[in-house]
This record gives sequence, structure tokens and C-alpha cells, in this order.
Amino acid sequence: MTTLKINGEDKSFDAPDDMPLLWVLRDVLGMTGTKFGCGIAQCGACTVHIDGNPVRSCLLPIGSIGDKAVTTIEGIGKTDAGAKVQKAWLDLEVIQCGYCQSGQIMSAAALLANTANPDDSDIDAAMAGNICRCGTYVRIREAIKRAAGEA
Amino acid sequence: MRTLDNLTYSASRRGLLKGGLAAGFVFTFHLPLRAANEPEQSADTTAGQFAPNAFIRIDHSGKTTLVMPQVEMGQGVYTAIAMILAEELDADYAKVALEHAPPDDKLYGNPIFGIQVTGNSNSVRAFWKPLRTAGAAARAMLVQVAAQQWQVDPASCSASSGVVSHGASGRMLGYGDLANAANSVPVPTNPPLKDPKDFTLIGKPLKRFDTPNKTDGKVVYGIDAMLPGMKFATIAASPVFGGKVAHVDDSAAKAVPGVRQVVVLDELVAVVGDHMWAAKQGLDALVITWNEGPNAQLSSADIWDALRAASKKDGVVAKNIGDVTKGLAQGDRMDGEYELPFLAHATMEPMNCTAQVTPDGCEIWIGTQVITRVQSTVAEVLGLPVDKVTVHNHLLGGGFGRRLEPDMAVSAARIAKQIDGPVKVVWTREEDIQHDVYRPVYHDTISASLVDGKIAAWKYRVTGSSIMARWLPPAFQGGLDIDAVDSAVDMPYDIPNRTVEYVRAEPPGVPTGFWRGVGPNNNIFATECFMDELARKAGKDPIDFRRSMLTGNPRLKAALDLVADKSGWGQPLPPRAGRGVCVQPSFASFIATVVEAEVDEHGEVHLRRITSAVDTGIAVNPDTIVAQLQGGLIFGLTAALYGEITIANGRVQQSNFNNYRMLRIDEVPQIDVHIIKSGEDPGGIGETGVTAGPPALRNAIYAATGIALRRLPIDRKALAVSGKA
Repeated sequence: MTTLKINGEDKSFDAPDDMPLLWVLRDVLGMTGTKFGCGIAQCGACTVHIDGNPVRSCLLPIGSIGDKAVTTIEGIGKTDAGAKVQKAWLDLEVIQCGYCQSGQIMSAAALLANTANPDDSDIDAAMAGNICRCGTYVRIREAIKRAAGEA
Repeated sequence: MRTLDNLTYSASRRGLLKGGLAAGFVFTFHLPLRAANEPEQSADTTAGQFAPNAFIRIDHSGKTTLVMPQVEMGQGVYTAIAMILAEELDADYAKVALEHAPPDDKLYGNPIFGIQVTGNSNSVRAFWKPLRTAGAAARAMLVQVAAQQWQVDPASCSASSGVVSHGASGRMLGYGDLANAANSVPVPTNPPLKDPKDFTLIGKPLKRFDTPNKTDGKVVYGIDAMLPGMKFATIAASPVFGGKVAHVDDSAAKAVPGVRQVVVLDELVAVVGDHMWAAKQGLDALVITWNEGPNAQLSSADIWDALRAASKKDGVVAKNIGDVTKGLAQGDRMDGEYELPFLAHATMEPMNCTAQVTPDGCEIWIGTQVITRVQSTVAEVLGLPVDKVTVHNHLLGGGFGRRLEPDMAVSAARIAKQIDGPVKVVWTREEDIQHDVYRPVYHDTISASLVDGKIAAWKYRVTGSSIMARWLPPAFQGGLDIDAVDSAVDMPYDIPNRTVEYVRAEPPGVPTGFWRGVGPNNNIFATECFMDELARKAGKDPIDFRRSMLTGNPRLKAALDLVADKSGWGQPLPPRAGRGVCVQPSFASFIATVVEAEVDEHGEVHLRRITSAVDTGIAVNPDTIVAQLQGGLIFGLTAALYGEITIANGRVQQSNFNNYRMLRIDEVPQIDVHIIKSGEDPGGIGETGVTAGPPALRNAIYAATGIALRRLPIDRKALAVSGKA
């Protein structure tokens, strides 16, 4: 039995230590907000926070997490930065199909939590690991700046 | 309040359909198993519910449910459809809720295709009149019922925001109060439609219905369906197209903890487990021997050789104006050949389908652009009557044409047939990229002549796969595929002598399918690239050259003039930077685009700025129009810069985003879209940016370097300064 602290709650389940967090979230715990995109940490759709840092859950063995705090898209709205990002995303209608946007929002929330007023190069560095096939990048950039402005 | 709650469908409403739509329809009640994380179905409130047609239901509380005949894959169509219906219905927009349509070609068929299909950027075009009429008819019925109750002339009543009012007496009744009685009123067949100047919703940048749940993890795509007792599977299909399973050693796979079953079908093997991780580990542990079949030695070089050989043949004539032979004999002649590669779709949501087969039938959970085709194909494969296959549609994590195919549902159903209980089949990204239906390779041959700085003759031949011949045979007649020549037969320039020919050439061993931008992708690319080469030969500026031949196309000319102004056309640029233009009257929209790019000494291409001007007729939701252009341009430019699927030993060589690259945020500049106000009927928009980006980029590179690239993706070696590649 493994226990992880996810979005502030202890969750216990049976799974092997080498199982990536992504599949525990989705298939064992039924938390489907975190998305499978590539399985090799190339697209960012599976991004979660481990102690506030953005991490690709598709390659993160649960045995490596220990008692660190896991935050997913279902819980990010409870953080200041997460709530601002979600609001800016809707204010500017960033989203199209939306499948990558859990990961985009998690990466953007981590950026804002650490960098109050990110410039374009900060945004490039923080967001280049997240692919959006619908091409919402122009609005993502604008929304991050909008969210930062509401700090 | 935007809401997508109750995003499921209640089959029982079909019993209430009026206005002849339900004629001949035999209703059978079937209570579907609900996915555990799907919203509850509403209680059956059919009593007292107003259901004048397939699209509108109003209950006694005034809650207005609109049924979406087209699917939402990011293009904003749920919001556009809701706006159109609510506009003519004069609904209380704040009380509107949306539902996915069930499979039913009769009720929800796309008027352009005749079946329930979302594609070809035609949702708003195809449904513009039918939905306005449906909304207006419902409104007229509600007004009539109120007038009857008040014993006044319906013409003395008005409706607004879900309330009918009688101005003279000040009496008012909400649509909810009128719902039950309105069912007794005959459905008017030709209700008056609003004058566009009276629109209160259409034309406004209203917020989308589908996006709030996409910010907090609540959204449920097909891949998110969860059912009690569900198992998880992943598959390996023959790596060579057309190959079959010869032998499987599954002993190591079955030893993986959590693996429950290995299912071997003719052309694929599935590993079923307690979760995707077990299934994936199991799949990796399989030892499969394939009978690779006739395509085992196939390579990209073979495919290109065959395509080029086919392009030498005469084609089927799709268009013939004037005398092209005579025209080509005059003036300065120029010839060009263009080529486009295979492309994968790479939707962010990998292919997936959940299925359960029981003695009574089959149930499917999926996100699809072709719900009735999924239903009928699964029924055929399982040997079931169509009404024994229930399909639950979902929001799509990208479609781009990939989800115009039912293959992922067919394989899931065949796997589920061998399993007790529901199974979710999820493809790995590798499987998704290597077992796509690919945008075909194309070869285009163009000859043109210039007389007095204008084009006197234009001979165009497109050689490539016919997707229509397989996918919609009526659109392939007499050897002509109407999609393959789209935007070639109707090119916008005034040219007195012109022919367009089509040569069908199917690539061996590689399945082809529709890819966002469809036929126009190829034809706009070849046409607009060659236009720049002709402009240079004529010694003219590319925009002036085009403008001089657009007298018959004032909407496109206006877009071109606007983009010239907004893009800074003609302003100085640094060395090895350039601007390129593309104009296109495609999908019934008129768009001009300028891409500004810089080519570094290594041949790497950097996007600097992108500007589009669009006349799409009445812009139902202008914010969505801008978003679709921005996103479409990035989709097209991704392909132009990076996209190519290649074949070696019958296998696709690309496998994931590390070797099938996508544009990322740090490579994308500002994209400005300017909408031209128009009172014309709406045009299509979802694919227009895709077709605009590649030729505009290529022409920018041509302007920057003088090098006329004639195939995609961009060849960086050809662009590098000598010795710097």
C-alpha cells in the first residue's frame, strides 16, 4: 500500500513503486484531469506539481515521491497563482480542444508562483515543454501576462 | 452562466420529435450504462417539455437545452451553434445548456455531407439556415401559444430573452410557462428569420461553453471515460501496413503484475490489464512475429518514384477555360513542380476507445467526428443490428480529420468481444503516429505563360491519392476527386486560358485520410508559391502582381489590401529576412496572409510576425474566428517547418514528438488577425489558417534568400549559407 499526499489529501492505493504517477492518478484514482500525451516527457500534457515544481508525471515513479506534496489540475485552483491562471485563461479564451491545457495551466501556475512578472524569455523557458496542437500559444503568452498583472 | 452540465443525451426525447423529422422512426428505449465520471442524465422531464425539433428542448423551468449536431474539437462550434439557435429562438442565453447529439443521420446529418459528420470547415455554413429556421420556428410557436392564452394577435407580441410579451397590455410569460402548451402548435415550415441588423448574440465575442471545465480537470474526453470494473488495454498493430500476426509468445507479458489477458487478432495484439501501466509493460514484454506481407520492403523512395511516374500521365479534366495550349504558346513560359509529404495528425489526445460487448449488444465511449459511422461500422464488424450499438460521444482532444475514421472503435469492439466487462483501449503515442491515416503525398505540375505582366495561361495537374474514393464514394465520379482539386478549380485569379487535371495515384502500403486543410492544403501551396515565382519573372511586387488579377474577386482583393496595410508590407527588413503573402478563397472565406521570417546562416528559419485579414461573411463569434486563424496558422506552419512521415521497410520511421516535431511557444511570434465586416452568409474558418501558413512562409523565405523551395518541409540545407549547414 502506497500513500501519497495529493491536493492536500492522503490517498492510499496498491501499485508498484516503478509505476508512473500519471497512471496512478488516471487509472487507479480516477483523477482524469491529468492527461496522457506522449509517455516520454516531450509534450507536457501530464504536468503536475511536486512540492510546487512542475514535473512530467508520465515518467515519475511513485516510489520517488515520498511525502512530497502532489498538486494536480484538480487542485491547482486552490493556489493563488493557479486561480489567477485559470481566470486569465477564461478571460482571454485561450483554450480550444483543451487536451493540453491541464499541463499548460500547471506549467504557467508554477512559473507565476516563482516569477511574479515573467518576461517573454521567462515564458519561453517555462512553457516550451508544453505542446499545444491547436496552436493557442499567442493567447497563452498573453494570458500569463494578464495573470501576472493581477498579482 | 456558461454550462456544459448534463453533457450526455437522453434518447427518450426522440419520442417527442415533431415536424415530420420523426416520421418513420421506430423508437426503442435503451438505458445506456453511464460512465462513472459522466454527468448524471437528467430525470425524464419529457412531460411538459417543449421539443419542436431535433435541436431544441425547453422544460417547464425555462431551461433551454440545445442539442449539438456537430462535434466540439476545439473549433468553438458548440458556442457558435448555440448562438445561432438562441439568436432566432430569442432564448435566455444564460439558461442554455448543451448536449451532444446521439447517432442519427436523419436528425443530425450534416446537410452538406448527408451524414453526421463534422469536417471540411462547414459546420456553420451547413447549419446556418437549418438552425436559424429551427430557432425561429420554435420562437413562433411560443409566441402563438402566448397570444392564444391572451386572446390577442400574435403579431402584437414580441419575444426576448426567453419571455413573450404583449406590449399593449404589459403581460408577459416565460418560455417555461408556455412549454407544455407550445407542443400543440403546428411547426411552421417557413418562419420569418431575423434581419441580421437585429442580431443580439451573433457577431459578439461571447464566452465559450466548453472552456470552463477545461481549466480545472472536470472535462471528460473519450479517453477519460471510467466505468465500474473497467480494464485497460493497449495495442501493437503490424508495424508494416497490411501485415498479420504470425506468432505471439506472451509468457513474459502474462507474468507482468496487473496483466490480465492477451488478445490476439488478425493484425494486432492487445494486452489487457488493471491499468495502462500494466498493459504497456505487458506489451513491451510480448514477443510477436509478424507476417509482414507485400509491403515489407516499401520505402519512401519507391512511393515518390511511383507518384512522379503517375504525374506524367494525362489526368481527368476538372476545369477547362479558353485554350490553354494556345495560351501557353504565347509570352514567357514557366514550369514548376511542387511536392508535399505524408503527414500524421498527432491529436494531443491519442487514439482511444472504450467498449463493452454483452450478449445484447455493444456500447462505445469515444470522441468522434463520425458518430453514425462508428455505430454502423462496429455493428457490421460484430454482426449486430445497428440499434444494438450505443455510442456515447465526448468532447474531442483534437480531431484534425483523424477522428473522421472509425478504426479505433472497430478494433476496441473486437478486443472487447473477447473480454468480460468494459475495456478502455488507449494507443501509445508511438502507435498513434505509426498507425494513422496519413495526409497523402502530392505532386503538382504547373505551366504558365506571362503576357504584359499578367498570366495568360495556366495548366495545373495534381497527382495524389483520392481519399473521397474510399471515404465518400459519391464524391469520386469519373475518376475525379472533388476534394483533391478543391481551391485549384476555383483559383481566384483572372486567367483567360486555364485547365486543371487530376491523376489518381494511390501510394502502395500507406493508408491516406483527411488532414486539416484537406485538398486546399496542396493546391493553395502550389498555386501561391508559383504565383511568387511568376511575379518575380514579371518583375512585379508579389502583392501588386496578384492584385492586378483579382478584379473578379473584390472580397479577396479587399483582404489583400488590408493585409498589405497591416503587415507593414514594403517596409525595410534586416538582411535574410522577408515577407511572403498568400491569398485564398477557400472554404467560402476570403483570406490574405503575410508571414515575415528570417533565415539564419545555418538555414534555420525564424518566424518574426504573422498577419491575416479575413472576410468570412457574418462572423458568428469573432473571437473564435481570430482563435481559429491563429491556431490554424500554427498548425500549417508546424507542418511546413517540420512535418514529414517517411517509410523504410514498410514502416513509419517517426514515432513520437521527439522525432515528429511540433512548433513550440518559443518559436511562435505575434499573430494578428483582422476581420473584415460583412453581411454575407458565414464561410468556413477552421482550416483556413492551415492552408495559408505554408505558402506565405515559403514566399517569405523566397523573398529573404531568393531560393524558391518547391517541396515541404523546409529544406534547411538548401537555405544555409555555403559551408554553414
